[in-house]
Amino acid sequence: MNRNVTAAAVVVALVLGGAPEVLAQDSSDMCVECHRALDSEPLAGPVGHFEADIHAAAGFGCVDCHGGDASIAGPGGMDPALGFIGAPRGEEVIAVCGRCHSDGEFMRQFNPSLRVDQVAEYWTSRHGQRLAAAGDTAVATCADCHAPHGIRPASDPKSTVYPPTVASTCGRCHDDAARMGPYDIPVDQHENYARSVHHEALVEGGDHSAPTCNDCHGNHGAAPPGLSWVGNVCGQCHAVMAEQYGESRHAQTFAALGMPGCATCHSNHEIREAGDSLLGLGDGAVCTTCHSDSDRGGSAAMAMRAGIDSLVSEIEAAAIVLHEAEQAGMEVSAAQSDLTDSRSALIMGRAAMHSFSPDAVTEALAPGREIARTSLEEGQSALQDLRVRRMGLIASVAVILILILALVLKVRQIESGPADSPGRA
Amino acid sequence: MENNESRLSAIWNWLDQRIGLAPAVSLARKKEVPVHKHSIWYYMGGMTLFLYVVQIATGILLLIYYRPSADEAYESVQFLMTDVKFGWLVRSIHHWAANLMILMAFIHLFSVLFMKAYRPPRELTWFSGVILLALALAFGFTGYLLPWNELAYFATRVGTEILGVFPLVGDFALKIARGGTDVTGATLTRFYGVHVAILPAIGFAFLGLHLLLVQKLGMSVPPSIENSGSPKRAMKFVPNFFLRDAIGWLVAVALLATLAAFLPAHLGVKADPFAPAPAGIKPEWYFMFMFHQLKLLPAHILGIEGELVGIMAFALGGVFLFLIPFLDRNAAKGKPSPLFTWIGIAILVYIVVMTYLGFTADPMG
Amino acid sequence: MSESDRPTAESRRGFVNWLLGTSAGAFAVSAFYPVVRFIVPPAEAESATSSVTLPFTPAEIGANEGKQFRFGNRPGLLVRTPTGELRAFSAECTHLSCTVQYRTDESRIWCACHNGFFDLNGRNVQGPPPRPLDTYDVNVRGDQIVVSLKA
Repeated sequence: MNRNVTAAAVVVALVLGGAPEVLAQDSSDMCVECHRALDSEPLAGPVGHFEADIHAAAGFGCVDCHGGDASIAGPGGMDPALGFIGAPRGEEVIAVCGRCHSDGEFMRQFNPSLRVDQVAEYWTSRHGQRLAAAGDTAVATCADCHAPHGIRPASDPKSTVYPPTVASTCGRCHDDAARMGPYDIPVDQHENYARSVHHEALVEGGDHSAPTCNDCHGNHGAAPPGLSWVGNVCGQCHAVMAEQYGESRHAQTFAALGMPGCATCHSNHEIREAGDSLLGLGDGAVCTTCHSDSDRGGSAAMAMRAGIDSLVSEIEAAAIVLHEAEQAGMEVSAAQSDLTDSRSALIMGRAAMHSFSPDAVTEALAPGREIARTSLEEGQSALQDLRVRRMGLIASVAVILILILALVLKVRQIESGPADSPGRA
Repeated sequence: MENNESRLSAIWNWLDQRIGLAPAVSLARKKEVPVHKHSIWYYMGGMTLFLYVVQIATGILLLIYYRPSADEAYESVQFLMTDVKFGWLVRSIHHWAANLMILMAFIHLFSVLFMKAYRPPRELTWFSGVILLALALAFGFTGYLLPWNELAYFATRVGTEILGVFPLVGDFALKIARGGTDVTGATLTRFYGVHVAILPAIGFAFLGLHLLLVQKLGMSVPPSIENSGSPKRAMKFVPNFFLRDAIGWLVAVALLATLAAFLPAHLGVKADPFAPAPAGIKPEWYFMFMFHQLKLLPAHILGIEGELVGIMAFALGGVFLFLIPFLDRNAAKGKPSPLFTWIGIAILVYIVVMTYLGFTADPMG
Repeated sequence: MSESDRPTAESRRGFVNWLLGTSAGAFAVSAFYPVVRFIVPPAEAESATSSVTLPFTPAEIGANEGKQFRFGNRPGLLVRTPTGELRAFSAECTHLSCTVQYRTDESRIWCACHNGFFDLNGRNVQGPPPRPLDTYDVNVRGDQIVVSLKA
């Protein structure tokens, strides 16, 4: 409650010292005065929500979007003759927002780095096209994604366009089978995305560079990515794979078959963490969709998988021996550090498999196999040193045993000698 | 040759005039050890002492590289184990000698108990001995945490938690022991100080008293031997008994070296206060009987917290053990006291059984 | 013991004394050798995990150049920026822990595994790395470069 009062005070302060070009909303704003008192959420609600809106903070008021005159109390201020438009719908929304947001000169006063092509972009989107061509007002406009009266920047965790929240915002319509039915659009994307590695990275890992809906589909120019080649989108981050895939035979084949590149194997929304099991002809391998062990592709898949698997087990074997040596107190940290480089080679081999060339994979893995081999040898030689250490121990124990023998002889000698005979009572 | 000898005797005389070596020599010459069928137990105290000396020597060596802070303790031990030449040996010997020392201290205690060596005039020897055993256990408990590995961290957390069950003073005692409400780097520096300064200082005082009393009062002869007529034979301490002692010590050194090479002390993973406790946290074996007993107690006994009852019982047991020389009236009068022999056997059996159960118990239980 | 046995007893005594002396000496050596080796500081100098002295001098790394070093058993990367400043980073890529390297042609830090780039402040600027590289403090003391964990 207190916060709202403070926020209101801030608004007032901003308004009093506001920019002269802005249609200032003075303290006696009749829209606010009356609507606040109304006993109806749709009519009174916006007054409260707007206090936290970025536009309120910049000094804008009701009339800047809705028109009319805020100085006139009662319905008189809402005369269409005074420019009052009520709640804008469909194209009106685009026009209202675009009036400022498409005006570079105007926007520069508030946020010079903000783009001003959102409206232009919007008209290229599937949403915009349907609105323009078919007059379909059920499509999303500005206010459907950017909560009206509560617009916050995308960096604000409370914003509807905060990256981790975007999927839910899109889902408000796209999860709804009744709404999507007429367009024949499936409604499982959000659900699938929620199981993806990207969702995990974004929502649980807090990594805002991980993609959500708009990173692949565009935000204002929302459209499905090119169905036959989604690689440009994926390649933004997964550059190595995209490049290698682009040069591979699969790129041409998939394109010719109208298959969507990356998503053919990795799915589109439900992109799980790619494991080695995707490759080859075993359980969970995606190659089996088209290949079997009787064709060349199948044997290439098997060969690539075998190469990766053997490096995995070689690294594992070296790590075990090194760990054993370390636990026994041997210095193997250099070999352990080298072994991380062989893990790098493994990761590069996994990336190289997107060229679908067993030779490229073998080549990428080769340095890793060499390092794993030398690391294993170092571990084994450390364990060999351990045996040497034990030999040294056996030698010193032998010395101790001889000393014990000498002491026993000495004791006997003392106790048998007539002169030194100890106190035998 | 002649010249050398006269020079040596000159040094001897010089020292003798200043610190009086002659009485010490005559004491050493006169000191005798009774020879009878239980004589073997006379070596246990000397063995414990030898292992204590090994602990001091290896402990000082470890101090050269050890760093007592939560950030560096684990790493410094790791460095010691891997980079420092023979660091593994020194640390492993410190580890094994600690265990053997406590084992020998227990054997020494029970041998003294069964031979009734606490009879007058040796009550003070017994008292100082019991205190030394308690100090040895404290050494073990504080030293266990120092490598700052996961196992030690959680064992210390569980071990110190016991202090918290005491009514009124519990929280305060816990705070003192841990240097805060939880086991942290503050606990580590605290334990370090106790382990390398406070306990050695107190230990030397009681060890000095203990040894002085042993010299002054001589070796006790068990009543069974005494009653069948005084021991027929005796052995000179120097050199006969001492050389035998030395043989025993050398066997201990060989054993320590072998244990160090084949079962080196492990380091495990670094302690992470925020990690969940791993399954099967176990204290050192010499605390196992108490740890397991506390685990077996019901939550409440006669409306009092079970753990509290258990700890009070152990505390009373300790006091009882301490006061045995005063409680065993018969032995004091030179009469047979089978009751205390049976009590000793009962304590021994109880400790052995509880320790066994503790180590074989299901860690999830 | 008869008179005639005396010399034999004498020589036996001599042998026992010799054996005792020799083996005691050997024992002393085998006990003190490890102690001496223990006290001699190891070649790898201090292993303080919070800092490391690099095995090369500031003169050996030119402007717009990067050099790998070991921090404990993890890789580190020392970079001299084109403007001549020394900066140190963990060389473990924040994506999948591959070892990153300095790209002279790009004046950026590059992870070969998935083509990730970091700028000279360690910020992840391109590709899949989700976080900036961990950065270390660099201090130059005469001919030594000391890299330490951020306080």
